Amino acid sequence: MEAIEVTGLRKTYNGRDAVAGIDLVVARGEIFSLLGPNGAGKTTTVEILEGHRRRTAGDVRVLGEDPGKAGSAWRSRIGIVLQDADDAADLTVHETVRHIAGFYPSPRKPDEVIELVGLTAKRNDKIRTLSGGQRRRVDVALGIVGSPELLFLDEPTTGFDPEARRQFWELIRTLAGDGTTIVLTTHYLDEAEALADRLAVVADGRIVAEGTPATLGGRAASEARVSWTEDGLVRSEQVADPSDLIRHLVTSGADLTTLTITRPTLEDTYLDLIGATR
Amino acid sequence: MSTLAMSTSRGQVEIKSFLRDRTAVIFTFFFPALLLLLFGTIFGSESTDGGVAVSRIFTASMIAYGVMTTAFVTMGTGLALDREDGTLKRLRGTPMPATAYLIGKALLVLVLSIAEAIVLILVGVLVFDMPLPPAANWLAFSWIFVLSVVACSLIGIAVSGLVKNARNAGAILNVPVVALQFISGVFIHPMSQLPDWLETVASIFPVRWMAQGFRYVFLPSDASAQELGGTWNLGGVALVLGIWCVVGLALCLVTFRWSSRDK
Repeated sequence: MEAIEVTGLRKTYNGRDAVAGIDLVVARGEIFSLLGPNGAGKTTTVEILEGHRRRTAGDVRVLGEDPGKAGSAWRSRIGIVLQDADDAADLTVHETVRHIAGFYPSPRKPDEVIELVGLTAKRNDKIRTLSGGQRRRVDVALGIVGSPELLFLDEPTTGFDPEARRQFWELIRTLAGDGTTIVLTTHYLDEAEALADRLAVVADGRIVAEGTPATLGGRAASEARVSWTEDGLVRSEQVADPSDLIRHLVTSGADLTTLTITRPTLEDTYLDLIGATR
Repeated sequence: MSTLAMSTSRGQVEIKSFLRDRTAVIFTFFFPALLLLLFGTIFGSESTDGGVAVSRIFTASMIAYGVMTTAFVTMGTGLALDREDGTLKRLRGTPMPATAYLIGKALLVLVLSIAEAIVLILVGVLVFDMPLPPAANWLAFSWIFVLSVVACSLIGIAVSGLVKNARNAGAILNVPVVALQFISGVFIHPMSQLPDWLETVASIFPVRWMAQGFRYVFLPSDASAQELGGTWNLGGVALVLGIWCVVGLALCLVTFRWSSRDK
């Protein structure tokens, strides 16, 4: 059974489609990333999957159940990392994690989770006193404390410094290694590239491309740009397979100290994809 | 964890959070006691026509204000804030049922209301020499108190749905609270000083009946002459507060939302 199956998902606000027909399948154990500009419909989509929002139309199965109707047994199998929560300000990190853990049938140990997100030193500090990045790590701790089979992360590393971000990536890989299915929305393309097994780009309420980070939007098949210097001028050429061109350059005795061969980065591909819909 | 255990866990967290928020403790919780000290000191030496010290009347009536503050304002602002800061969204993503959240809030309100009543009665007894009522009156106190807390809490939950921005919640909710104290015989007693139409308006709302009920508990029985109609009218107290409990519950069921945004 797949972790998530979505067909024809639509959500309409005041006659305007925020989500305009999305089909999606996420396999068990997969790290799936949803990319897209603000207002593209990714948060709405994820909130429907989490059971936080009703849908206008379409069929949605998350862990085999309809999130619009699922009860507390289903909720105990999913974890949600909130994007902009500001709650529990007067409680300490440990009090909050222990409190939320109490709602789950088989939670992780609060102190282990606090260790996992790197907040052991802040264990007894009030959440009010934490920095923005530390606050987000509490959100991550609360999302995983119930040992979820499926974890939703909505822009989880906003406000993290680079080191915290790397540590967070390691944590996500660890969770995925244990078999947790992960749905990640993010603005950071390097994050999606580093973590995701598969990703989809959402623009104007639709999925405009889907694939692995290496193949998204025909990235692997796109032409390579070869550039070099010849007679003091920068020359470049776009070719599907650079072998012949390189061979020619080597035999022609061109200056190859500045030779580069590039393919579009994930960011280039992404910008092309979302630009194409405007 | 059972729903009951989750509810008490919520209650503990609510109480802990409230006590750690010093502003709330001072400006919400101790404010009625401060007012009682002021009113009691300014008007205390006077006696009413019935021969009862004004400070004693204030003590009894002020319990109605205290309950209104701890139940109605705490519920109303608390829910609006929980909606805005993500508390409700967070909890809704867990297996915890909505009832556990609401029972947790109710536990906070109950503890605060009991503590509020104790503080006000202590001020009355220690500062203004108010005698404690006979044992029989405590039974009446119990049901009037419970009905008052339940009615005010339910209305608070219902009204919280109307608050668009949690920062304004306290200011918005305090308008009806303070206005009702003036027309319901709490700040100005006896109510017969008011224009007839204002008496009628006040009689629609719970505060008049709460204050009247608490005065029955703490004042000598012949002080009823000061009440509208010249009797304690406990039947009316029970009826109006009971109706508000039902109305409040119905409003809650219609207006309760997990989120401040459109679903």
